[in-house]
Amino acid sequence: MVDVDRDDAETPEGTGAPANLLLRMEGIVKHFPGAKALDGVDLDVLPGEVHCLLGQNGAGKSTLIKVLSGAHQPTSGRILLDDAEIAIPHPVAALNHGIATIYQELDVVDGLTVAENIYLGHELDRGGFTQRRAATRRARDLLRRLGHPEISPHTEVGQLSAAGKQIVSMARALSHDARVIVMDEPSAVLDSGEVENLFRVVEGLTAQGVAVVYISHRLEEIRRIGDRITVLKDGRTVGRNLAVAATPTKELIKLMTGRTVEFAFPERPGVPDDAPVVLEVSDLALGSTFSDVSLEVRAGEIVGLAGLVGSGRSEILETIYGARRATSGHVRVGGRALRPGSVPAAVAANIGLAPEERKSQGLLLDEPVFKNITLSTFARTAKGGWLDERAERRAASEQAVALDLRPPQVGRAIRTLSGGNQQKALLARWLVHGCEVLLLDEPTRGVDVGARSEIYALVRSLADAGTAVVVVSSEIPEVLGLADQVLVVSEGQVVHRGPAQDIDEHAVLDLVMEGSAA
Amino acid sequence: MSGTTAAPPADAPSDAPRRSGWLSGPAVRNLGLVIALALICVAGVITGGERFADIDNVLTILRLASVTGVLAIGMTFVITSGGIDLSVGSVLGLTTVWATTVATQTMAEDIHWVLMVFTALVVGTAAGLVNGALIAYGRVVPFIATLAMLAAARGLAEMISDRQTQQVDVAGFTDFFRADWIGVPVLVWIFALVSVAGWVLLNRTTFGRRTVAIGGNEEASRLAGIKVKRHTLYLYGLAGLAAGIGGVMMLGRTTAGTSTNGVLYELDVIAAVVVGGTLLVGGRGTIVGTVLGVLIFNTLNNIFVINNMSTSAQNVAKGLIIVVAVLIQQRFANRSRST
Repeated sequence: MVDVDRDDAETPEGTGAPANLLLRMEGIVKHFPGAKALDGVDLDVLPGEVHCLLGQNGAGKSTLIKVLSGAHQPTSGRILLDDAEIAIPHPVAALNHGIATIYQELDVVDGLTVAENIYLGHELDRGGFTQRRAATRRARDLLRRLGHPEISPHTEVGQLSAAGKQIVSMARALSHDARVIVMDEPSAVLDSGEVENLFRVVEGLTAQGVAVVYISHRLEEIRRIGDRITVLKDGRTVGRNLAVAATPTKELIKLMTGRTVEFAFPERPGVPDDAPVVLEVSDLALGSTFSDVSLEVRAGEIVGLAGLVGSGRSEILETIYGARRATSGHVRVGGRALRPGSVPAAVAANIGLAPEERKSQGLLLDEPVFKNITLSTFARTAKGGWLDERAERRAASEQAVALDLRPPQVGRAIRTLSGGNQQKALLARWLVHGCEVLLLDEPTRGVDVGARSEIYALVRSLADAGTAVVVVSSEIPEVLGLADQVLVVSEGQVVHRGPAQDIDEHAVLDLVMEGSAA
Repeated sequence: MSGTTAAPPADAPSDAPRRSGWLSGPAVRNLGLVIALALICVAGVITGGERFADIDNVLTILRLASVTGVLAIGMTFVITSGGIDLSVGSVLGLTTVWATTVATQTMAEDIHWVLMVFTALVVGTAAGLVNGALIAYGRVVPFIATLAMLAAARGLAEMISDRQTQQVDVAGFTDFFRADWIGVPVLVWIFALVSVAGWVLLNRTTFGRRTVAIGGNEEASRLAGIKVKRHTLYLYGLAGLAAGIGGVMMLGRTTAGTSTNGVLYELDVIAAVVVGGTLLVGGRGTIVGTVLGVLIFNTLNNIFVINNMSTSAQNVAKGLIIVVAVLIQQRFANRSRST
């Protein structure tokens, strides 16, 4: 059940496009097999401005950056630099045009020196011999230009902090004579003092006429250093060139959340008051990642954890499951405390986890569906160490039919199934096992829209059968639509808890964005 | 693609075991190896004639193949799980030295030969468990942990034997291991037995399933509740046990316990396993392929020997086979993946 509402209401627009545009992206469309990541995005960048790109997870920010950096080729649309159309067939072309990207996972080589990193891929050389002295001198100039003369070009990059590595990445961008520098959530890896420093560097760059495209979830930062904002939603530009000073937060959140696709969520039958508490987590903490997490899940209840990527949501699930060892706190199932840091103990206590990265954490891709479904039960089915594949196939097939797995043949390699059906197979694994507690991390990631409602209905029916469910998702509407109770997580802390009906997406975003001041 | 559009085929026997197994997947790969072995045999008959196609010569090939063969069965498990064991040759040498030391120095004359066998098996398993403990609990990568064991076991063997060769002269031992049974050497029977046991263990038991699962996706296996560390310990213990069995067989064949037994065997063993079709990255292992890989290399060696060709030429041929086999496998793997 998908209700697509493509109202082409007019896009709010800020200041009209001035004549001296540096970079313009026009009507960028990018199709992936089976998905439309970008569906007509426009972006105007002026020289010397900080242009903020805003949007929820999945809005298309990353894809847009990859198009601009040459990592992806747009299906259609134009890119203009100084009013001349350019092509960016590969990342080196982007650099040659003066467009540099600084990714969140800083792409520096730890074992090389600062100078070697800055000139990586375009080493200064004469007849094949590197000009080390020239590189050192120029690297020192670039670092000084960035206001960081204290970083020595001879330092090994592995010894620098994340902030230092970021500076090296920026110096590398400048070494390409970059005129546009794209920064993908640069503050995510920094502490507050380092963020201040970053702002100074950004201000220095813009004063020199370099344009910065700045991506961040933190509205406070955008207010601090941003000039104009472009808002993306569902692969389209929904707000363009909004002046930061003139646009209230409420307006931005409205633009980011206005839905075009609505999913059908199953009804909540309500959890009876006398339903027993199955999962009890008290004061759980994991180093500096999260702390003081307490929650109770009753039989038949779905509890959702909402929060941004990096807020600690997934780590909370993995710690409950024992995949990470809690630094303090307890997990109880049916009143019995679990041995911390032991997945086998959790599995023995009938907890199941459908992990965030389905392919790398959940599946044996080349193995048949049934062996994936029985991965946590084959030893139980076996008699004295001898596998009983017939029984495994039977159990897997029963679940395949019950969950409407398509195709239903359990002998096929699981690689050949769609994302939604792979997810169903993971759920089937825990159904065969017989779970009392089910932990679902991003249950609909990589699942196409048609199959999502199916997954939602399935999760709800499991709860109705008495399972206690915890759901984590970066898609806030998913958490709100599916869960009975919601916990909002921000920077490793639970900042809100309450019934899902009592809170809306705006309020959640408000909590996680405004509450996350650097 | 939406799940709703994928209509189930009309005949959807979801739980019937597939019968297409013989014409797809591993069987095709093994068929390729059988064809390769057959071609090598044809070459042997053409170049060596009677001297190659003689029952005694064939038994010689099998007898010589049996020691590396047993090591290769153990190695198949380790590689299927995504690991590697470089120490099997050294450990084999150590077990031969230790077993003969027990027989010649410690207990002198009145030792029962079964005790020698037992000693070799225990020493091999222990060395393997040390590897496994380092890898599973010490988080040392398999390459380094077993490289260290390669050096240490060889050194220990030299210390124990004082670099002397210790001849086995225990009543019953040589009689047993140099005998024939129904016209086939006991060593070949042992290889056959170990191969069958290995096949059953890999394909029919929970131990085998865990091995394949860990090799296919260690993180997914861990998150499914499999005790990955403990299993890793067992796997290297198993490879060590195989090295111990190999040591006993070596003693049976040569009657000499010396620290140079098994030098560079690890290379032959790994080559045979990989040529046999077990993936070096883990997740797919084949005992039948390993046996065929061992036979291919040993048959080829035999042809070179009976034609009086140099060992240098043998080594070049060995290198070529490894490269060609892996190239063919990669193309096959890519094809099956893209369908």
